[in-house]
Amino acid sequence: MERYILPDIPNLHKIDAYEQHGGYSALKKALGMNPAEVTDEVKKSNLRGRGGACFPTGLKWTFMPKDNAKPKYLCVNGDESEPGTFKDRQIFEFNPHQLIEGTLIGCYAMGITSAYIYIRGEYGKWIKMLQKAVDDAYAKGYIGQNILGSNFSTNIYLHKGAGAYICGEESSLMESLEGNRGYPRVKPPFPAQRGVWNCPTTINNVETMTNVPLIINNGWEWYSKIGVAKHPGPILVGISGHVNKPGVYEVATGELLTDLIYNYAGGVPGNKKIKAVIPGGSSTMILRGEQIEGVRMDADSLKAAGSSVGTAGMIVMDEDTDLIRVISRISKFYYHESCGQCTPCREGTGWLWKILKRFEAGEGRIQDIDLLVDIANNIEGNTICALGDAAAWPVQSMVKRFRDEFEKRAKKDAVAAA
Amino acid sequence: MLTEENLKKAEELKKRYPETKAALLPILWIAQEQEGYISEDMMKYLGTMLNLPFAHILGVVSFYTMYHDKPLGRYHLEVCTNVSCMLRGSDKILQTIEHVCGVKPGQTSADGKWTVNEVECMGACGGAPMIAIGEEYYENLTPEKTEELLKKLSQR
Ligand SMILES: Cc1cc2nc3c(=O)[nH]c(=O)nc-3n(C[C@H](O)[C@H](O)[C@H](O)COP(=O)(O)O)c2cc1C
Ligand code: SF4
Ligand code: FES
Repeated sequence: MERYILPDIPNLHKIDAYEQHGGYSALKKALGMNPAEVTDEVKKSNLRGRGGACFPTGLKWTFMPKDNAKPKYLCVNGDESEPGTFKDRQIFEFNPHQLIEGTLIGCYAMGITSAYIYIRGEYGKWIKMLQKAVDDAYAKGYIGQNILGSNFSTNIYLHKGAGAYICGEESSLMESLEGNRGYPRVKPPFPAQRGVWNCPTTINNVETMTNVPLIINNGWEWYSKIGVAKHPGPILVGISGHVNKPGVYEVATGELLTDLIYNYAGGVPGNKKIKAVIPGGSSTMILRGEQIEGVRMDADSLKAAGSSVGTAGMIVMDEDTDLIRVISRISKFYYHESCGQCTPCREGTGWLWKILKRFEAGEGRIQDIDLLVDIANNIEGNTICALGDAAAWPVQSMVKRFRDEFEKRAKKDAVAAA
Repeated sequence: MLTEENLKKAEELKKRYPETKAALLPILWIAQEQEGYISEDMMKYLGTMLNLPFAHILGVVSFYTMYHDKPLGRYHLEVCTNVSCMLRGSDKILQTIEHVCGVKPGQTSADGKWTVNEVECMGACGGAPMIAIGEEYYENLTPEKTEELLKKLSQR
Protein backbone atom coordinates (compact mmCIF):
# COMPACT_ATOMS: atom_id res chain seq x y z
CA MET A 1 0.00 0.00 0.00
CA GLU A 2 1.08 3.54 -0.63
CA ARG A 3 2.00 5.24 2.61
CA TYR A 4 0.25 8.44 3.60
CA ILE A 5 1.25 9.09 7.20
CA LEU A 6 4.88 8.12 6.92
CA PRO A 7 5.55 8.29 3.17
CA ASP A 8 8.93 7.40 1.85
CA ILE A 9 9.99 10.94 0.93
CA PRO A 10 13.45 12.15 1.94
CA ASN A 11 13.56 15.21 4.23
CA LEU A 12 9.80 15.42 4.51
CA HIS A 13 10.27 16.89 7.98
CA LYS A 14 11.61 20.03 6.32
CA ILE A 15 9.01 22.54 5.30
CA ASP A 16 10.37 23.01 1.76
CA ALA A 17 10.21 19.30 1.02
CA TYR A 18 6.76 19.09 2.54
CA GLU A 19 5.54 21.95 0.36
CA GLN A 20 7.10 20.45 -2.75
CA HIS A 21 5.05 17.33 -2.17
CA GLY A 22 1.77 19.15 -1.88
CA GLY A 23 2.09 20.10 1.75
CA TYR A 24 -0.30 22.75 3.12
CA SER A 25 -2.53 22.45 0.05
CA ALA A 26 -5.19 20.84 2.24
CA LEU A 27 -5.07 23.86 4.54
CA LYS A 28 -5.57 26.17 1.56
CA LYS A 29 -8.46 24.04 0.37
CA ALA A 30 -10.06 23.96 3.81
CA LEU A 31 -9.83 27.75 4.15
CA GLY A 32 -11.89 27.99 0.96
CA MET A 33 -14.64 25.83 2.44
CA ASN A 34 -16.88 26.81 5.30
CA PRO A 35 -15.99 25.26 8.66
CA ALA A 36 -19.09 23.09 8.84
CA GLU A 37 -18.22 21.61 5.45
CA VAL A 38 -14.77 20.68 6.72
CA THR A 39 -16.21 18.92 9.76
CA ASP A 40 -18.74 17.18 7.55
CA GLU A 41 -16.01 15.90 5.27
CA VAL A 42 -14.16 14.41 8.27
CA LYS A 43 -17.39 12.96 9.59
CA LYS A 44 -18.27 11.27 6.31
CA SER A 45 -14.77 9.86 5.96
CA ASN A 46 -15.42 7.68 9.03
CA LEU A 47 -12.01 8.55 10.48
CA ARG A 48 -11.83 7.10 13.97
CA GLY A 49 -9.44 8.24 16.68
CA ARG A 50 -6.05 6.60 16.85
CA GLY A 51 -5.56 7.33 20.56
CA GLY A 52 -7.12 4.12 21.82
CA ALA A 53 -10.90 4.32 21.86
CA CYS A 54 -11.58 4.48 18.08
CA PHE A 55 -14.11 7.28 18.61
CA PRO A 56 -15.42 8.85 15.35
CA THR A 57 -13.44 12.06 14.90
CA GLY A 58 -15.92 14.09 12.85
CA LEU A 59 -18.69 13.31 15.32
CA LYS A 60 -16.51 14.47 18.20
CA TRP A 61 -15.92 17.76 16.39
CA THR A 62 -19.68 18.36 16.08
CA PHE A 63 -19.99 18.28 19.88
CA MET A 64 -18.22 21.63 20.05
CA PRO A 65 -20.75 24.40 20.66
CA LYS A 66 -21.12 26.82 17.78
CA ASP A 67 -22.50 29.92 19.37
CA ASN A 68 -20.57 30.27 22.58
CA ALA A 69 -18.80 33.45 23.52
CA LYS A 70 -16.00 31.57 25.29
CA PRO A 71 -12.77 30.71 23.52
CA LYS A 72 -12.44 27.09 22.39
CA TYR A 73 -9.40 24.88 22.54
CA LEU A 74 -7.88 21.92 20.77
CA CYS A 75 -5.53 19.63 22.64
CA VAL A 76 -3.54 17.28 20.49
CA ASN A 77 -2.58 14.24 22.51
CA GLY A 78 1.02 13.18 22.11
CA ASP A 79 1.47 11.71 25.56
CA GLU A 80 2.04 8.27 24.01
CA SER A 81 2.81 6.31 27.16
CA GLU A 82 0.80 3.10 26.82
CA PRO A 83 3.37 0.29 26.90
CA GLY A 84 3.90 -1.12 23.42
CA THR A 85 3.09 2.19 21.73
CA PHE A 86 5.71 4.15 19.82
CA LYS A 87 4.04 5.51 16.68
CA ASP A 88 3.38 9.21 17.31
CA ARG A 89 7.09 9.69 17.82
CA GLN A 90 7.57 8.69 14.17
CA ILE A 91 5.23 11.47 13.12
CA PHE A 92 7.13 14.09 15.15
CA GLU A 93 10.34 12.96 13.52
CA PHE A 94 9.38 12.20 9.95
CA ASN A 95 6.19 14.08 9.11
CA PRO A 96 5.64 16.89 11.62
CA HIS A 97 4.12 19.29 9.10
CA GLN A 98 1.26 16.98 8.25
CA LEU A 99 0.41 16.92 11.96
CA ILE A 100 0.59 20.72 12.06
CA GLU A 101 -1.54 21.00 8.93
CA GLY A 102 -4.16 18.65 10.36
CA THR A 103 -4.16 20.59 13.60
CA LEU A 104 -4.73 23.85 11.73
CA ILE A 105 -7.59 22.36 9.74
CA GLY A 106 -9.16 21.08 12.95
CA CYS A 107 -8.87 24.54 14.48
CA TYR A 108 -10.51 26.09 11.45
CA ALA A 109 -13.34 23.56 11.43
CA MET A 110 -14.13 24.11 15.12
CA GLY A 111 -13.43 27.84 15.33
CA ILE A 112 -10.45 27.39 17.62
CA THR A 113 -7.73 30.01 18.04
CA SER A 114 -5.27 28.13 20.28
CA ALA A 115 -4.13 24.54 19.96
CA TYR A 116 -1.83 22.83 22.44
CA ILE A 117 0.13 19.77 21.44
CA TYR A 118 0.82 17.90 24.67
CA ILE A 119 3.89 15.67 24.39
CA ARG A 120 5.37 13.36 26.99
CA GLY A 121 8.44 14.84 28.67
CA GLU A 122 10.67 11.90 27.77
CA TYR A 123 10.37 12.95 24.12
CA GLY A 124 12.48 16.07 24.68
CA LYS A 125 14.42 15.45 21.51
CA TRP A 126 11.29 15.01 19.44
CA ILE A 127 9.64 18.05 21.00
CA LYS A 128 12.54 20.08 19.63
CA MET A 129 12.03 18.56 16.18
CA LEU A 130 8.34 19.43 16.21
CA GLN A 131 9.08 22.91 17.60
CA LYS A 132 11.38 23.55 14.65
CA ALA A 133 8.59 22.57 12.27
CA VAL A 134 6.12 24.82 14.12
CA ASP A 135 8.57 27.73 13.97
CA ASP A 136 9.04 27.23 10.23
CA ALA A 137 5.30 27.09 9.69
CA TYR A 138 4.88 30.35 11.62
CA ALA A 139 7.60 31.95 9.51
CA LYS A 140 5.77 30.99 6.33
CA GLY A 141 2.43 32.28 7.53
CA TYR A 142 0.70 28.92 7.97
CA ILE A 143 0.27 29.51 11.69
CA GLY A 144 -0.47 32.84 13.35
CA GLN A 145 -2.47 35.87 12.31
CA ASN A 146 -4.60 35.86 9.14
CA ILE A 147 -3.35 32.55 7.88
CA LEU A 148 -2.65 32.63 4.13
CA GLY A 149 -4.38 35.98 3.89
CA SER A 150 -7.67 34.71 5.30
CA ASN A 151 -9.63 35.93 8.32
CA PHE A 152 -8.58 32.85 10.20
CA SER A 153 -5.94 33.14 12.92
CA THR A 154 -4.68 30.50 15.29
CA ASN A 155 -1.68 29.66 17.41
CA ILE A 156 -0.08 26.29 18.04
CA TYR A 157 1.88 25.72 21.24
CA LEU A 158 3.77 22.68 22.40
CA HIS A 159 3.36 21.65 26.02
CA LYS A 160 5.86 19.27 27.55
CA GLY A 161 4.63 16.67 30.02
CA ALA A 162 6.81 15.50 32.87
CA GLY A 163 6.48 11.77 33.21
CA ALA A 164 2.97 10.57 34.04
CA TYR A 165 1.12 7.99 31.98
CA ILE A 166 -2.19 9.18 33.36
CA CYS A 167 -1.76 12.54 31.61
CA GLY A 168 -2.64 10.79 28.34
CA GLU A 169 -6.17 10.43 29.67
CA GLU A 170 -7.97 13.43 28.24
CA SER A 171 -9.20 15.09 31.42
CA SER A 172 -5.91 14.47 33.18
CA LEU A 173 -4.17 16.03 30.20
CA MET A 174 -6.26 19.16 30.63
CA GLU A 175 -5.46 19.33 34.33
CA SER A 176 -1.79 18.99 33.51
CA LEU A 177 -2.06 21.71 30.88
CA GLU A 178 -3.59 24.00 33.48
CA GLY A 179 -0.56 23.53 35.71
CA ASN A 180 -1.98 20.97 38.14
CA ARG A 181 -1.32 17.40 39.16
CA GLY A 182 -2.82 15.15 36.53
CA TYR A 183 -5.97 14.03 38.34
CA PRO A 184 -8.68 12.93 35.90
CA ARG A 185 -12.02 14.72 36.15
CA VAL A 186 -15.41 13.17 36.65
CA LYS A 187 -17.43 13.09 33.43
CA PRO A 188 -19.88 14.58 32.55
CA PRO A 189 -19.35 17.41 31.88
CA PHE A 190 -17.49 16.31 28.78
CA PRO A 191 -14.62 18.38 27.39
CA ALA A 192 -16.75 19.85 24.59
CA GLN A 193 -18.99 21.38 27.26
CA ARG A 194 -16.39 22.19 29.86
CA GLY A 195 -12.80 21.44 29.04
CA VAL A 196 -9.54 23.20 29.65
CA TRP A 197 -9.95 26.53 31.52
CA ASN A 198 -13.66 25.68 31.67
CA CYS A 199 -13.95 26.28 27.94
CA PRO A 200 -15.16 23.95 25.17
CA THR A 201 -12.29 21.64 24.24
CA THR A 202 -11.60 18.84 21.80
CA ILE A 203 -8.88 16.29 22.42
CA ASN A 204 -7.51 14.23 19.55
CA ASN A 205 -4.53 11.98 19.14
CA VAL A 206 -1.48 13.00 17.10
CA GLU A 207 -2.00 10.30 14.46
CA THR A 208 -5.69 11.19 14.21
CA MET A 209 -4.85 14.79 13.32
CA THR A 210 -2.21 13.67 10.84
CA ASN A 211 -4.95 11.89 8.87
CA VAL A 212 -7.02 15.04 8.44
CA PRO A 213 -5.11 16.66 5.52
CA LEU A 214 -5.53 13.44 3.52
CA ILE A 215 -9.29 13.61 3.88
CA ILE A 216 -9.49 17.26 2.87
CA ASN A 217 -7.15 16.85 -0.08
CA ASN A 218 -8.64 13.69 -1.51
CA GLY A 219 -12.21 13.83 -0.26
CA TRP A 220 -14.06 11.61 2.20
CA GLU A 221 -14.99 9.03 -0.42
CA TRP A 222 -11.40 8.35 -1.33
CA TYR A 223 -10.40 8.09 2.29
CA SER A 224 -13.24 5.84 3.34
CA LYS A 225 -12.17 3.31 0.73
CA ILE A 226 -8.79 2.73 2.32
CA GLY A 227 -8.95 -0.40 4.44
CA VAL A 228 -12.12 -1.38 6.28
CA ALA A 229 -15.20 0.78 5.66
CA LYS A 230 -16.27 1.12 9.31
CA HIS A 231 -12.78 1.96 10.51
CA PRO A 232 -10.93 3.14 7.43
CA GLY A 233 -7.65 4.77 6.62
CA PRO A 234 -3.99 4.21 7.01
CA ILE A 235 -2.96 3.10 10.48
CA LEU A 236 0.42 2.98 12.17
CA VAL A 237 1.03 -0.37 13.77
CA GLY A 238 3.92 -0.68 16.21
CA ILE A 239 5.21 -4.21 16.49
CA SER A 240 7.51 -5.18 19.32
CA GLY A 241 8.56 -8.18 21.35
CA HIS A 242 9.56 -11.44 19.72
CA VAL A 243 9.74 -10.51 16.05
CA ASN A 244 12.71 -10.27 13.73
CA LYS A 245 12.03 -6.73 12.57
CA PRO A 246 10.28 -4.75 15.28
CA GLY A 247 9.16 -1.27 14.26
CA VAL A 248 6.30 0.94 13.14
CA TYR A 249 4.54 -0.16 9.96
CA GLU A 250 1.95 1.83 8.09
CA VAL A 251 -0.81 -0.33 6.63
CA ALA A 252 -4.45 0.05 5.71
CA THR A 253 -6.82 -0.93 8.51
CA GLY A 254 -7.95 -4.52 8.25
CA GLU A 255 -4.50 -5.99 7.75
CA LEU A 256 -4.26 -9.56 9.06
CA LEU A 257 -2.34 -9.77 12.33
CA THR A 258 -0.46 -12.75 10.91
CA ASP A 259 0.60 -10.68 7.87
CA LEU A 260 1.77 -7.93 10.16
CA ILE A 261 3.84 -10.34 12.18
CA TYR A 262 5.19 -12.57 9.43
CA ASN A 263 5.39 -10.28 6.40
CA TYR A 264 6.03 -6.89 7.87
CA ALA A 265 7.86 -7.73 11.08
CA GLY A 266 9.76 -10.65 9.61
CA GLY A 267 8.29 -13.41 11.76
CA VAL A 268 9.43 -14.82 15.07
CA PRO A 269 13.13 -15.37 15.79
CA GLY A 270 14.14 -19.02 15.57
CA ASN A 271 10.81 -19.75 13.88
CA LYS A 272 9.29 -20.30 17.26
CA LYS A 273 5.57 -20.55 17.72
CA ILE A 274 3.60 -17.59 18.98
CA LYS A 275 2.26 -18.11 22.44
CA ALA A 276 0.41 -14.84 22.85
CA VAL A 277 -0.23 -11.47 21.27
CA ILE A 278 -1.27 -8.20 22.88
CA PRO A 279 -2.78 -6.43 19.87
CA GLY A 280 -3.05 -2.77 20.83
CA GLY A 281 -0.95 -1.67 23.79
CA SER A 282 -0.67 -3.25 27.22
CA SER A 283 -4.24 -2.47 28.27
CA THR A 284 -5.84 -4.47 25.45
CA MET A 285 -6.91 -8.04 26.06
CA ILE A 286 -4.29 -10.65 25.39
CA LEU A 287 -4.95 -13.27 22.69
CA ARG A 288 -3.61 -16.80 22.46
CA GLY A 289 -1.31 -17.45 19.53
CA GLU A 290 -3.77 -19.76 17.82
CA GLN A 291 -6.51 -17.15 18.27
CA ILE A 292 -4.99 -14.56 15.96
CA GLU A 293 -5.58 -16.62 12.80
CA GLY A 294 -7.84 -14.56 10.49
CA VAL A 295 -8.02 -11.62 12.92
CA ARG A 296 -7.51 -8.19 11.41
CA MET A 297 -6.24 -4.86 12.68
CA ASP A 298 -9.55 -3.01 12.82
CA ALA A 299 -12.11 -2.23 15.48
CA ASP A 300 -14.74 -4.84 14.56
CA SER A 301 -12.42 -7.72 13.84
CA LEU A 302 -10.47 -7.36 17.07
CA LYS A 303 -13.64 -6.85 19.05
CA ALA A 304 -15.03 -10.09 17.65
CA ALA A 305 -11.80 -11.81 18.66
CA GLY A 306 -12.22 -10.58 22.23
CA SER A 307 -9.80 -7.69 22.27
CA SER A 308 -9.45 -4.23 20.78
CA VAL A 309 -7.33 -2.06 18.50
CA GLY A 310 -6.25 0.30 21.26
CA THR A 311 -3.19 2.14 20.02
CA ALA A 312 -2.28 -0.63 17.54
CA GLY A 313 0.87 -1.27 19.54
CA MET A 314 1.22 -4.98 19.11
CA ILE A 315 3.40 -7.09 21.43
CA VAL A 316 4.32 -10.56 20.21
CA MET A 317 5.39 -13.30 22.60
CA ASP A 318 6.96 -16.58 21.56
CA GLU A 319 6.33 -20.04 22.99
CA ASP A 320 9.03 -19.70 25.66
CA THR A 321 7.60 -16.55 27.20
CA ASP A 322 6.87 -16.48 30.91
CA LEU A 323 3.40 -14.97 30.79
CA ILE A 324 3.12 -14.73 34.55
CA ARG A 325 6.07 -12.40 34.49
CA VAL A 326 4.49 -10.45 31.66
CA ILE A 327 1.21 -9.89 33.47
CA SER A 328 3.00 -9.13 36.70
CA ARG A 329 5.04 -6.45 34.93
CA ILE A 330 1.95 -5.00 33.30
CA SER A 331 0.17 -4.86 36.65
CA LYS A 332 3.15 -3.17 38.25
CA PHE A 333 2.87 -0.51 35.58
CA TYR A 334 -0.78 0.28 36.24
CA TYR A 335 -0.20 0.25 39.98
CA HIS A 336 2.66 2.69 39.53
CA GLU A 337 0.62 4.97 37.27
CA SER A 338 -2.66 5.02 39.20
CA CYS A 339 -3.23 8.59 40.36
CA GLY A 340 -4.81 7.31 43.55
CA GLN A 341 -8.10 9.23 43.44
CA CYS A 342 -10.41 6.19 43.34
CA THR A 343 -10.21 3.46 45.94
CA PRO A 344 -10.84 0.50 43.59
CA CYS A 345 -8.02 1.61 41.29
CA ARG A 346 -5.57 2.75 43.96
CA GLU A 347 -5.99 -0.34 46.14
CA GLY A 348 -6.98 -2.87 43.49
CA THR A 349 -4.00 -2.29 41.22
CA GLY A 350 -1.72 -2.80 44.23
CA TRP A 351 -3.44 -6.05 45.20
CA LEU A 352 -3.25 -7.37 41.65
CA TRP A 353 0.45 -6.72 41.48
CA LYS A 354 1.08 -8.22 44.91
CA ILE A 355 -0.74 -11.44 44.07
CA LEU A 356 0.93 -11.69 40.68
CA LYS A 357 4.32 -11.26 42.28
CA ARG A 358 3.42 -14.22 44.47
CA PHE A 359 2.71 -16.30 41.36
CA GLU A 360 5.96 -15.15 39.85
CA ALA A 361 7.77 -16.48 42.90
CA GLY A 362 5.86 -19.76 42.79
CA GLU A 363 3.98 -18.77 45.94
CA GLY A 364 0.55 -18.18 44.45
CA ARG A 365 -2.39 -20.14 45.82
CA ILE A 366 -4.84 -21.84 43.54
CA GLN A 367 -7.74 -19.77 44.92
CA ASP A 368 -5.76 -16.61 44.08
CA ILE A 369 -6.55 -17.17 40.43
CA ASP A 370 -10.21 -16.37 40.96
CA LEU A 371 -9.29 -13.67 43.43
CA LEU A 372 -7.38 -11.90 40.67
CA VAL A 373 -10.48 -11.92 38.48
CA ASP A 374 -12.60 -10.79 41.38
CA ILE A 375 -10.39 -7.81 42.08
CA ALA A 376 -10.19 -6.90 38.40
CA ASN A 377 -13.98 -7.10 38.08
CA ASN A 378 -14.34 -4.78 41.04
CA ILE A 379 -12.08 -2.19 39.47
CA GLU A 380 -13.63 -2.31 36.00
CA GLY A 381 -16.32 0.31 35.52
CA ASN A 382 -16.06 1.60 39.08
CA THR A 383 -13.57 4.39 38.66
CA ILE A 384 -13.36 7.99 37.49
CA CYS A 385 -11.25 7.26 34.46
CA ALA A 386 -10.46 4.32 32.22
CA LEU A 387 -7.06 3.60 33.77
CA GLY A 388 -8.94 1.30 36.11
CA ASP A 389 -10.33 -0.64 33.14
CA ALA A 390 -6.91 -0.61 31.51
CA ALA A 391 -5.52 -2.32 34.60
CA ALA A 392 -8.37 -4.84 34.79
CA TRP A 393 -8.55 -6.03 31.18
CA PRO A 394 -5.08 -7.55 30.86
CA VAL A 395 -5.56 -9.52 34.09
CA GLN A 396 -9.06 -10.70 33.21
CA SER A 397 -7.98 -11.82 29.76
CA MET A 398 -4.77 -13.44 30.95
CA VAL A 399 -6.63 -15.60 33.45
CA LYS A 400 -9.37 -16.39 30.97
CA ARG A 401 -7.01 -17.41 28.21
CA PHE A 402 -4.02 -18.76 30.11
CA ARG A 403 -5.46 -20.21 33.27
CA ASP A 404 -3.15 -23.21 32.80
CA GLU A 405 -0.12 -20.94 33.23
CA PHE A 406 -1.38 -19.80 36.62
CA GLU A 407 -2.16 -23.35 37.71
CA LYS A 408 1.30 -24.48 36.72
CA ARG A 409 2.85 -21.71 38.77
CA ALA A 410 0.71 -22.09 41.87
CA LYS A 411 2.29 -23.53 45.01
CA LYS A 412 2.64 -27.27 44.60
CA ASP A 413 0.99 -28.25 47.89
CA ALA A 414 -1.83 -25.85 47.17
CA VAL A 415 -2.49 -27.60 43.88
CA ALA A 416 -2.47 -30.98 45.57
CA ALA A 417 -4.88 -29.84 48.29
CA ALA A 418 -7.29 -28.49 45.71
CA MET B 1 16.46 32.07 41.37
CA LEU B 2 16.10 32.04 37.64
CA THR B 3 18.79 33.71 35.58
CA GLU B 4 17.87 36.88 33.75
CA GLU B 5 17.69 35.01 30.48
CA ASN B 6 15.44 32.34 31.95
CA LEU B 7 13.22 34.96 33.52
CA LYS B 8 12.65 36.37 30.07
CA LYS B 9 11.80 32.92 28.81
CA ALA B 10 9.37 32.46 31.68
CA GLU B 11 7.65 35.73 30.79
CA GLU B 12 7.30 34.58 27.19
CA LEU B 13 5.85 31.26 28.32
CA LYS B 14 3.17 32.93 30.39
CA LYS B 15 1.80 34.56 27.25
CA ARG B 16 0.99 31.19 25.74
CA TYR B 17 -1.76 30.47 28.22
CA PRO B 18 -4.91 32.29 29.28
CA GLU B 19 -3.95 31.66 32.94
CA THR B 20 -0.54 32.11 34.52
CA LYS B 21 -0.75 28.87 36.45
CA ALA B 22 -0.53 26.92 33.21
CA ALA B 23 3.02 28.15 32.75
CA LEU B 24 4.06 26.23 35.86
CA LEU B 25 5.10 22.99 34.15
CA PRO B 26 7.19 24.66 31.44
CA ILE B 27 8.77 27.01 33.99
CA LEU B 28 9.62 24.06 36.23
CA TRP B 29 11.37 22.56 33.21
CA ILE B 30 13.41 25.73 32.80
CA ALA B 31 14.29 25.76 36.50
CA GLN B 32 15.35 22.14 36.38
CA GLU B 33 17.47 22.68 33.28
CA GLN B 34 19.18 25.59 35.00
CA GLU B 35 19.87 23.94 38.36
CA GLY B 36 19.76 20.24 37.57
CA TYR B 37 16.93 19.80 40.05
CA ILE B 38 14.20 21.78 41.77
CA SER B 39 15.09 22.78 45.31
CA GLU B 40 12.63 23.84 47.97
CA ASP B 41 13.98 27.37 47.69
CA MET B 42 13.30 27.33 43.98
CA MET B 43 9.75 26.14 44.61
CA LYS B 44 9.21 29.01 47.03
CA TYR B 45 10.71 31.47 44.60
CA LEU B 46 8.49 30.24 41.78
CA GLY B 47 5.51 30.38 44.10
CA THR B 48 6.09 34.09 44.64
CA MET B 49 6.73 34.65 40.98
CA LEU B 50 3.58 32.86 39.80
CA ASN B 51 1.47 33.75 42.80
CA LEU B 52 0.88 30.11 43.66
CA PRO B 53 1.01 28.48 47.08
CA PHE B 54 4.18 26.55 47.87
CA ALA B 55 2.04 23.47 48.55
CA HIS B 56 0.69 23.56 45.02
CA ILE B 57 4.15 23.62 43.52
CA LEU B 58 5.39 20.90 45.82
CA GLY B 59 2.35 18.83 44.86
CA VAL B 60 3.07 19.23 41.17
CA VAL B 61 6.79 18.52 41.50
CA SER B 62 6.11 15.36 43.45
CA PHE B 63 3.37 14.12 41.11
CA TYR B 64 5.50 14.03 37.96
CA THR B 65 8.37 11.55 37.86
CA MET B 66 10.56 13.73 35.68
CA TYR B 67 10.91 16.58 38.15
CA HIS B 68 13.62 15.95 40.71
CA ASP B 69 13.84 17.60 44.10
CA LYS B 70 17.42 16.37 44.60
CA PRO B 71 20.50 16.61 42.41
CA LEU B 72 21.18 13.61 40.16
CA GLY B 73 24.46 12.12 39.01
CA ARG B 74 26.20 13.55 35.98
CA TYR B 75 24.59 10.88 33.84
CA HIS B 76 21.04 9.87 34.54
CA LEU B 77 20.52 6.38 33.16
CA GLU B 78 16.89 5.45 32.72
CA VAL B 79 16.45 1.78 31.99
CA CYS B 80 13.12 0.70 30.55
CA THR B 81 11.98 -2.61 32.00
CA ASN B 82 8.43 -2.62 30.70
CA VAL B 83 7.08 -5.57 28.70
CA SER B 84 8.56 -5.02 25.23
CA CYS B 85 11.98 -4.32 26.71
CA MET B 86 11.67 -7.17 29.17
CA LEU B 87 10.90 -9.60 26.36
CA ARG B 88 14.11 -8.56 24.65
CA GLY B 89 16.43 -8.74 27.63
CA SER B 90 16.24 -5.52 29.64
CA ASP B 91 17.22 -7.60 32.70
CA LYS B 92 20.67 -8.09 31.33
CA ILE B 93 21.01 -4.43 30.44
CA LEU B 94 20.07 -3.43 33.96
CA GLN B 95 22.49 -5.98 35.43
CA THR B 96 25.29 -4.68 33.23
CA ILE B 97 24.61 -1.13 34.34
CA GLU B 98 24.43 -2.08 38.01
CA HIS B 99 27.72 -3.91 37.62
CA VAL B 100 29.61 -1.19 35.74
CA CYS B 101 28.25 1.76 37.71
CA GLY B 102 28.17 -0.01 41.03
CA VAL B 103 24.68 1.19 41.95
CA LYS B 104 21.16 -0.18 42.19
CA PRO B 105 18.12 1.49 40.63
CA GLY B 106 17.19 4.60 42.56
CA GLN B 107 20.76 5.26 43.62
CA THR B 108 23.51 7.68 42.67
CA SER B 109 27.10 6.51 42.66
CA ALA B 110 29.42 7.88 45.35
CA ASP B 111 31.51 9.77 42.79
CA GLY B 112 28.35 11.51 41.58
CA LYS B 113 28.80 10.20 38.08
CA TRP B 114 25.80 7.92 37.70
CA THR B 115 22.18 7.88 38.73
CA VAL B 116 20.31 4.76 37.67
CA ASN B 117 16.56 4.41 37.50
CA GLU B 118 14.20 1.76 36.27
CA VAL B 119 11.53 3.43 34.16
CA GLU B 120 8.24 2.61 32.47
CA CYS B 121 7.78 2.33 28.71
CA MET B 122 9.66 5.15 26.98
CA GLY B 123 7.88 4.84 23.62
CA ALA B 124 10.80 3.06 22.00
CA CYS B 125 9.54 -0.52 22.15
CA GLY B 126 10.60 -1.14 18.55
CA GLY B 127 14.18 -0.52 19.64
CA ALA B 128 13.98 -2.66 22.78
CA PRO B 129 15.87 -3.05 24.98
CA MET B 130 16.67 0.60 25.47
CA ILE B 131 17.90 3.15 27.93
CA ALA B 132 17.71 6.92 27.95
CA ILE B 133 20.43 9.24 29.15
CA GLY B 134 19.08 12.75 29.32
CA GLU B 135 17.25 13.36 26.06
CA GLU B 136 19.23 10.77 24.16
CA TYR B 137 17.74 7.33 23.49
CA TYR B 138 20.02 4.30 23.10
CA GLU B 139 18.12 1.48 21.46
CA ASN B 140 18.68 -2.13 20.41
CA LEU B 141 21.15 -2.59 23.24
CA THR B 142 23.12 -5.67 24.19
CA PRO B 143 25.16 -6.02 27.38
CA GLU B 144 28.30 -5.50 25.28
CA LYS B 145 27.01 -2.34 23.64
CA THR B 146 25.86 -1.05 27.01
CA GLU B 147 29.25 -1.62 28.54
CA GLU B 148 30.93 0.13 25.65
CA LEU B 149 28.62 3.09 25.98
CA LEU B 150 29.25 3.41 29.70
CA LYS B 151 33.00 3.22 29.16
CA LYS B 152 32.83 5.97 26.58
CA LEU B 153 30.80 8.20 28.90
CA SER B 154 33.12 7.40 31.76
CA GLN B 155 36.09 8.73 29.83
CA ARG B 156 34.43 12.02 28.99
C1 LIG C 1 -5.06 5.97 31.17
C2 LIG C 1 -5.25 6.51 29.79
C3 LIG C 1 -4.15 6.90 29.05
C4 LIG C 1 -4.30 7.41 27.77
N1 LIG C 1 -3.18 7.78 27.07
C5 LIG C 1 -3.33 8.30 25.82
C6 LIG C 1 -2.19 8.74 25.09
O1 LIG C 1 -1.05 8.64 25.55
N2 LIG C 1 -2.38 9.27 23.85
C7 LIG C 1 -3.65 9.39 23.32
O2 LIG C 1 -3.78 9.89 22.22
N3 LIG C 1 -4.73 8.98 23.99
C8 LIG C 1 -4.61 8.45 25.23
N4 LIG C 1 -5.72 8.07 25.92
C9 LIG C 1 -7.05 8.29 25.30
C10 LIG C 1 -7.52 9.73 25.50
O3 LIG C 1 -8.23 9.81 26.72
C11 LIG C 1 -8.44 10.20 24.38
O4 LIG C 1 -9.47 9.28 24.23
C12 LIG C 1 -7.76 10.36 23.05
O5 LIG C 1 -6.63 11.18 23.15
C13 LIG C 1 -8.72 10.96 22.06
O6 LIG C 1 -8.13 11.06 20.79
P1 LIG C 1 -8.71 10.30 19.53
O7 LIG C 1 -10.21 10.42 19.56
O8 LIG C 1 -8.11 11.01 18.38
O9 LIG C 1 -8.27 8.89 19.63
C14 LIG C 1 -5.59 7.53 27.20
C15 LIG C 1 -6.69 7.12 27.94
C16 LIG C 1 -6.53 6.60 29.21
C17 LIG C 1 -7.74 6.16 29.97
S1 SF4 D 1 -9.20 5.19 37.76
FE1 SF4 D 1 -7.18 5.24 38.73
S2 SF4 D 1 -6.02 6.67 37.47
FE2 SF4 D 1 -8.20 7.00 36.95
S3 SF4 D 1 -8.85 8.64 38.33
FE3 SF4 D 1 -9.25 6.74 39.41
S4 SF4 D 1 -7.40 6.33 40.66
FE4 SF4 D 1 -6.88 7.87 39.13
S1 FES E 1 8.67 -1.22 26.73
FE1 FES E 1 10.61 -0.30 26.78
S2 FES E 1 10.35 1.38 25.44
FE2 FES E 1 8.37 0.50 25.45
